[in-house]
Amino acid sequence: MLRYAARRICLALVILLTVMIAMYAMVFLIPGDPASLALGPRATPELKALLVQRMGLDQPILTQIWLFLRNAAMGDLGYDVWSQRPVLELILEFFPKTLVLGITTLLWALVLGILLGAAAVVWRGTLTDRLLGLLSVSFISIPSFVIAIYLILVFAVWLRWLPAIGAGNPGDPLSQIRALVLPAFALGIGWVGYLARLVRASLLEVMGETYIRTARAFGLSERRVVFRYALRVAIIPTIALLAVGLGSILSSAVFVEAVFSRPGIGTLMTGAVSNRNYPVVMGCVLFMTAFYLFVVTAADLLIARLDPRVRDAFRR
Amino acid sequence: MPSDAEIAPAEPARQGRERRAAGRVLHRSSLRVLLRDPMGALGLILVVTFVGMAVFAPWLAPYDPLKLDVMNKFQPPSWAHPAGTDQLGRDLLSRIIYGARTALSIALTSVGLAGIGGLILGMIAGYGPRWLDGILVLIFDSVSSLPMIMLALAVITIIGPGTDTLILVVVTVSIPAYARLIRAQTLGMAQSDFIVAERAMGASGARILIRHLLPNVVGPLVILLSMDVPIVIMLEAGLSYLNLGVRPPTPSWGNILYDGYTSLRSAPHMVLIAGLPLVLSTLGFTFLGEGLRDALDPKLVKGGA
Repeated sequence: MLRYAARRICLALVILLTVMIAMYAMVFLIPGDPASLALGPRATPELKALLVQRMGLDQPILTQIWLFLRNAAMGDLGYDVWSQRPVLELILEFFPKTLVLGITTLLWALVLGILLGAAAVVWRGTLTDRLLGLLSVSFISIPSFVIAIYLILVFAVWLRWLPAIGAGNPGDPLSQIRALVLPAFALGIGWVGYLARLVRASLLEVMGETYIRTARAFGLSERRVVFRYALRVAIIPTIALLAVGLGSILSSAVFVEAVFSRPGIGTLMTGAVSNRNYPVVMGCVLFMTAFYLFVVTAADLLIARLDPRVRDAFRR
Repeated sequence: MPSDAEIAPAEPARQGRERRAAGRVLHRSSLRVLLRDPMGALGLILVVTFVGMAVFAPWLAPYDPLKLDVMNKFQPPSWAHPAGTDQLGRDLLSRIIYGARTALSIALTSVGLAGIGGLILGMIAGYGPRWLDGILVLIFDSVSSLPMIMLALAVITIIGPGTDTLILVVVTVSIPAYARLIRAQTLGMAQSDFIVAERAMGASGARILIRHLLPNVVGPLVILLSMDVPIVIMLEAGLSYLNLGVRPPTPSWGNILYDGYTSLRSAPHMVLIAGLPLVLSTLGFTFLGEGLRDALDPKLVKGGA
């Protein structure tokens, strides 16, 4: 187990390092220097020189990469070109908001996805099953920001039930929850479809096991067999996928946050991209990649802890 | 969202020619299977419709998509303008038809290029020296741990928004998945008898790769590619919505949607109509991809049941 964990963590670190070097190299591969890129065409030479010096752009490239890696390892991701605030401070301010949205999304999608997947198995082969299958595929393929805009039109503009933009008033939990409903719905609906399909497939596999036959032989109802006995086992691959799910939801939150003008990493990044404020963009990308790798690696380790077959497969 | 094309690696073919002949027979019956499946048939119809819109846009569009007519702005749908007009009086139907051109040309170009890149790199990784395989796999892993949207934003910051940037991003992000599929297929096939026999007869590495491995690994790649088209359409529209993709005034479904969003209260018909092509085209390509997978892989016809 220890060897497996060490290898898994090393792999994650190597990947992170490769990503960091690649990102940094990318800035230098393009024509024009990063300072004028960030400051725009109207910057004065003095301003540019100051930025060049601040960001260490006058050093040789290898030194720069080394400095960048060293600083990033110590939590220093550089400074916002415009507000001069440390990038890490910005990220730590905005990330929790995105994380709240991501976790809410994942939770409701998980509950509904499991229910729909199990329902499809209880009524398998019937019209309900086919309809659920069709719905799942549709949910997966429709872009979340289109759903977001339709939701705003219906629930905020026409019905006026929920706010169209923002994240609610600070210190007012009810308004914050109300502001969370539509974004979480738009972001999660695709995962409902995805999880429903996954749960259905793994349930069907489990339904062939002998202990299910035994349960049936005892005369238990089909619904009870599915929900009480099969689901418990069938849910494991789904749980394994949640880490990847969280990572993917957090990154697609970019569009949904933009549509709802909701403060978060997504809005921070899109604002920074428009301003070509690249230290902020790079910092966010690095942070999100590191977070994603961390969650996925942690989940893998947890599963290996629970299921020895996984770490044996890795050893071979 | 991870693409869930659960494609079983094809069994190593014993005889290249035999397999190719079998492939041709399979092809005709596959189309029949695809058309018998209502979902696959619907997908095919939608995709053909959108491709037709894109190809014949100049003949189909009732107006010039860029022509301003400020006197008639925010018109609701009418006989003169079946989908209404936007904030500058441009005909929405024409913009949507030309938008299909933008969306599909970007999606098909980038997915096609990524497919070719993945094919080449995957075959190199699978058939080349071990050390090269190791390096390539590490690069694939690193790139695929970057979410597509994150990488897109990073690249746009550096080289600026535009069609080329979009294509570059999609190609970069998609290659690893394709390359990994091809690598697995190549690895599985490199040890099969007909390749070993070919090598024994003194065929060069290039000949083996192009004449014998290539035709056998392409099939599953096509399914994966068709399933990725909606993801690219979504990315293009999303970035254009954020004004980080296709530059206005070029009609793009994302731009149209953004214009509609800014006048959500005064002209709700704009978002309602602008969202439809996005919904229908992504559904179409997904249905087609699913249908193709079922048709080409009889093992999965029953959806795992």
